[in-house]
Amino acid sequence: MAFMKRNVNGARRHPLAAILVIAAGLALSGGGYAAATAAVENVAPATAAASAAQIDEGRKLFLSNCASCHGKNAEGTVNAPSLIGVGAASVAFQVETGRMPGQASGPQLMVKPVQFTQEQSDAMAAYVASLAPGPAIPTAAQIAADGDTERGGELFRINCAMCHNAVGAGGALTQGKYAPSLMKVKAEHIYEAMLTGPQNMPVFNDANLTPTDKKDIITYLAYVQTNPSAGGYELAGLGPVVEGLFVWIFVLGFIIAITIWLGAKSN
Amino acid sequence: MSDSKSIASGKGSYEPEHDYSTGLAVVAPDKVADPGLEPHRVRMTDKSVKHEKAAARQVSAMFLASVLGSIFSIYAYFAFPLSDDLGTVRNNTLFMGLGITLGLFGIGFGAVHWAKTLMPDAEVAEERHQTRGSEAVRARAIEIIKLADSESGFSRRKLIRRSMYGALAMFPLPAIFFFGDLGPDPKDSLRHTMWKKGTRLAKDPSGLPIKASDVTLGSVFHVIPEGLAELEHHKLEEKAKAAVLLVRLDPNDIKESAERASWSYDGIVAYSKICTHVGCPVALYEQQTHHLLCPCHQSTFDVTDECKVIFGPASRPLPQLPIAVDAEGYLIAQSDFTEPVGPSFWER
Repeated sequence: MAFMKRNVNGARRHPLAAILVIAAGLALSGGGYAAATAAVENVAPATAAASAAQIDEGRKLFLSNCASCHGKNAEGTVNAPSLIGVGAASVAFQVETGRMPGQASGPQLMVKPVQFTQEQSDAMAAYVASLAPGPAIPTAAQIAADGDTERGGELFRINCAMCHNAVGAGGALTQGKYAPSLMKVKAEHIYEAMLTGPQNMPVFNDANLTPTDKKDIITYLAYVQTNPSAGGYELAGLGPVVEGLFVWIFVLGFIIAITIWLGAKSN
Repeated sequence: MSDSKSIASGKGSYEPEHDYSTGLAVVAPDKVADPGLEPHRVRMTDKSVKHEKAAARQVSAMFLASVLGSIFSIYAYFAFPLSDDLGTVRNNTLFMGLGITLGLFGIGFGAVHWAKTLMPDAEVAEERHQTRGSEAVRARAIEIIKLADSESGFSRRKLIRRSMYGALAMFPLPAIFFFGDLGPDPKDSLRHTMWKKGTRLAKDPSGLPIKASDVTLGSVFHVIPEGLAELEHHKLEEKAKAAVLLVRLDPNDIKESAERASWSYDGIVAYSKICTHVGCPVALYEQQTHHLLCPCHQSTFDVTDECKVIFGPASRPLPQLPIAVDAEGYLIAQSDFTEPVGPSFWER
């Protein structure tokens, strides 16, 4: 009887254990597959049509990592949107910045350590792109920071600065959401974010901001990051709140300290 | 009025020349005794020669630091020269400024330290003199005024006196007209914008018209009326009134009242970008919640519900621009806004 009981308890494993084992198995076999096809992928340019093997690889990765929320056919569930038609650019942005797979529900998905290799991410992007036409991953020429900085700055101030701050330092939105800082974000991901509108960011399609416009914006962001502020220290570029706080605490504190010293008698 | 005496005599070291009346002033009796001056405390620099010498060295060290600061400032002028690179301004001004700061603060700190540690520190009380002059002084003042009056003939020469009064009275009058120019009557310009029937919606800043098919789901366009980019006068004034935010929503998400049902086109809605609170550009659009947030005071508008205020200090919804599509597929305005855009004003 005691033996039976222990046996029953032993059989009752954690409900996620099976998923974990399957995921590990799939990841291992997928990793092996990716390694085997890596040579082929490196030769093929990013924009070229994905091979059937890569799509199949992506589908397997999708089923083991994404399907629990996005549905087995990427049709979406109550927990996550459909991925049909979101394109390779969306997958590349979400996966390569570590936002996907999501870790916990909250106001907004955060940047985390990246969970997949470049090959795995490319495979999943190829799979999602194969479901329906969608925005593609930009080419190196599209994201090169050699556009018109001044025009990019004007476009950035009109279309982006209200949320992301005039120099891309980020800012708060409603109810715990925020527009992240654009400092140190790869140009590719900035381009993909504009194209696909991740989370609460609106979409800036090619009719709204043409590829040239997007390139100019990337050029502007590269400029503000690589050129020091001529006016002194930026204090994280957050504007009058931080600058005011600095003056109130340090400058006023210094003035008060001097005033006290002036009025104090010498010992 | 027994208090008046105690105030006048007080603890002062002098006897008042006159008796003062407090008039109608309410004088509270002074319940707290005047503690007088603190006992004199002898400084370390007065007690020991060693400390005195140290203080003297400190003062001259501060003056020397000032000298070094001034020299460093000159050095920085040559060491961090300005060039065509705008980034050089930073180090140039920073280090020259630090040098000048040290130069000035060294002098100031040195002087104050000198006075506090080495100069005599005996407490001295200097009583304030009485406000009222002595009878002799007052009589002399009246004498001077009378003499001036008789010499200038101010009382005697009525014509001169009255014309001078006239000149002084007229002098401020032009100000009424100058200040009048500060705020010309805006007439009905606050009620109208550049939008009129058939004006195409154009992209800011390029001024290129927008096709309805360009506005995909989740997109946001920052819109100006077509022709604004070519305006030669009052361009910014017109833009400040006419700026519009254009978004496309799922038509099922939109809650529209019956009279506004024809104001949108296939889920595309256009709202004034000027906050009804104090007129900041409201443009932080969240495409999943459809909230539109004003960056200045966090007023939040619900785009699906005719931009009604759901949070913050704004008191009115953002005005909606009725839109339609012309024969070529471009978005056009059906009319101007049906209400004044932006913050409240008196006659609204």
